Amino acid sequence: MIKKLISIIIILILGGAVAFFVFKSEPKLNSNFENENSFFKNSPFRLGLDLSGGSHLIYKADVSGVKAGEVSVSMDALRDVIERRVNLFGVSEPIVQVQNSGFISGQEEKLIVDLPGVTDVEKATAMIGQTPLLEFKIEAPADAAQKATVDKDGKVTLDAGPQFVSTELTGRYLKKATLEFDQTTREPKVSLQFDDIGTKLFAEITKNNVGKMVAIYLDGAPISTPVVREEIPNGQAVISGNFTPTEGKQLVGRLNSGALPVPISLLSRQTIGATLGGDAVDAGVKAAIIGFLVIALFLILWYRLAGFIAVLALCIYITIMLTLFKLLPVTLTAAGIAGFIISIGIAVDANILIFERLKEELHSGRAISDAVDAGFHRAWSSIRDSNFSTIISAIILFWFGTSLIKGFALTLGMGVLVSMFSAIMISRIFLSGLVFIGEGKVARFLFSSGFSK
Amino acid sequence: MFIIKNKKIFISISIVLVLLSIASLFIFGLRVGIDFNGGALTEVVYKDSRPLQSDLDNAFKSLDLGSVLIQPTGDLGYIVKSLDLNEEQHSLLLKTLSQDGKSPLEEKNFNSIGPSVGKELTRKAIIAIVLVSLGIILFIAFAFRKVSRPISSWKYGLMAVISLLHDVIIPIGLFTILSYFYGAEADTLFVVAALTILGLSVSDTIVIFDRIRENLRNKTGTSFSETVGKSLDQSYMRSIFTSLTVIIVLLSLFFFGPESIKYFALMLTAGMFFGTYSSIFLASPLLVLVEEWQSKK
Repeated sequence: MIKKLISIIIILILGGAVAFFVFKSEPKLNSNFENENSFFKNSPFRLGLDLSGGSHLIYKADVSGVKAGEVSVSMDALRDVIERRVNLFGVSEPIVQVQNSGFISGQEEKLIVDLPGVTDVEKATAMIGQTPLLEFKIEAPADAAQKATVDKDGKVTLDAGPQFVSTELTGRYLKKATLEFDQTTREPKVSLQFDDIGTKLFAEITKNNVGKMVAIYLDGAPISTPVVREEIPNGQAVISGNFTPTEGKQLVGRLNSGALPVPISLLSRQTIGATLGGDAVDAGVKAAIIGFLVIALFLILWYRLAGFIAVLALCIYITIMLTLFKLLPVTLTAAGIAGFIISIGIAVDANILIFERLKEELHSGRAISDAVDAGFHRAWSSIRDSNFSTIISAIILFWFGTSLIKGFALTLGMGVLVSMFSAIMISRIFLSGLVFIGEGKVARFLFSSGFSK
Repeated sequence: MFIIKNKKIFISISIVLVLLSIASLFIFGLRVGIDFNGGALTEVVYKDSRPLQSDLDNAFKSLDLGSVLIQPTGDLGYIVKSLDLNEEQHSLLLKTLSQDGKSPLEEKNFNSIGPSVGKELTRKAIIAIVLVSLGIILFIAFAFRKVSRPISSWKYGLMAVISLLHDVIIPIGLFTILSYFYGAEADTLFVVAALTILGLSVSDTIVIFDRIRENLRNKTGTSFSETVGKSLDQSYMRSIFTSLTVIIVLLSLFFFGPESIKYFALMLTAGMFFGTYSSIFLASPLLVLVEEWQSKK
């Protein structure tokens, strides 16, 4: 008997601790959240794009130019480049993932980019699609025709473009770019270090063009046209243009993030405004609380003492789920919250099956403690079987789903598993611990249910 | 015993409902959303007052955006449905909606899905439906492998599958009516709802079949139909209650939950309701009917 009471107390303490964790790690519920322990601060609910607001982009990668065996390598390289570009713009917790082609997902190699908090799609796609094109051009031979245009006012403009001709040296051969400041003028400049091939090319260019200009083009526009004084064999070059330190820093970032290994095109875009997401969270929480209260009321009115214990077990179930959401962590979407709320309804099922059995056993004249044991024992096969089919659906949905479906399948599947534990273990320990209240009329009334006496 | 005595009436009700649902699917058709077809959906809210819909319709007529469908939402908003849009088309759309900046607005939601993504989702949905159905049929066969008297276990499985189809077809029928009168569109969540109903509804049938299984083993009742009737009397309350708790949370999702999952919650509610109905009034009566046919032979 003492043992049973001790296990009840242990469960209550553990349940309380878990509830305390959930409470403490929510910024909205703590007035001085900033001063909390970092463990609490680092465990918020992770909200999906549809709740937090943000952009969801799906790109198609054109891998027709890539050899069959190297597709996955170049897709990984693509992901790395995009990830670096996205990180450069300070998006918090972006997700960049590759979806390889296959029987289920179709013939296309895709790249999926989630940008929480970015609601300006144009800006988002621009920053992902931007490929800084760095080119080195040399002066055209003197005899080459220069292109001049005369506009309608009779003004002659000399097109500077054809003055320079392209060389083989491009940003492809760049190893590293760094931002430096000129020692005397304090002007920002970008220093470039080429790789082996780039170093050779650059040495050749500088050797053949001593005394001439070499133009450095960025995205098709000349940004710097230094005059070569001597051959540069070590593969180092410096771009000094009229840029601010911020521009310089961005340029360095873009140069370092490199060119895309395969061309991409946008297939689908989704943007959710932050207000819409916030409304959805509030609505989800409201629906969960109302659903829970109605169920709690029903359980206590119909199943009396057992119902009260089921509500207690349900509370522990909910806090366990919320803790798992925080710690795993599970990315919550509107559908995911729906899955969780439905699992609250399912979690009660097991308790109802047990209590109905318990009532039957009591009617057949068993003592309360025997009836409790038999109720749990005999209800188990239907609890197991009836939950199994839901788990099958959840697993298959998770396997095949898009992120929206995954969120639902995960919370529902987890919910069913955890609820089996909470219904069997927690309710059982509580109920069998309370058997000590005896065999009196009141006790039998409390353990029974419905309209029966 | 009431249910078994009147089994033919209850089975007929189910048959009529299923036939009506199938008819409505053919008459009204299922409106398929941009998730599967591709297309774009833009939701905007105006800061002060929203322009007249006819003005916007006229403005869009002169543009080259294909067919653009504008629906009012809330007090100050519009939902705009169109073909999938690239960046320039999207800015053009926003510019037109704001009447070149005269009516300031905020874009709340934008979703543009290319046709190939839609095709991929359709394929995924079909594979998921096939796999979930197979998985559940296998599970039912496994769960009822031990009962074989007086009717063989695969017949229990068959009855469970029949009631499963019943539970899915009726909500889909209801959805086509919603789709016809309120413009609900079948999206990803529609497929999820159908598959979740498959998972949830079979559990109810199993609770009752489990009881029949136990009573057959304990030789309660003199005939098969009496055993089934007794099993139903013993278990219909718990079957209703377990569904009731799920229906409670689903209704609270429908009335108070996020806007984006309203139809989803409603469809699941219908699925749970008819799932409970079918496990009490369809699956078990059908079992008795099959047994009666067998013994007549």
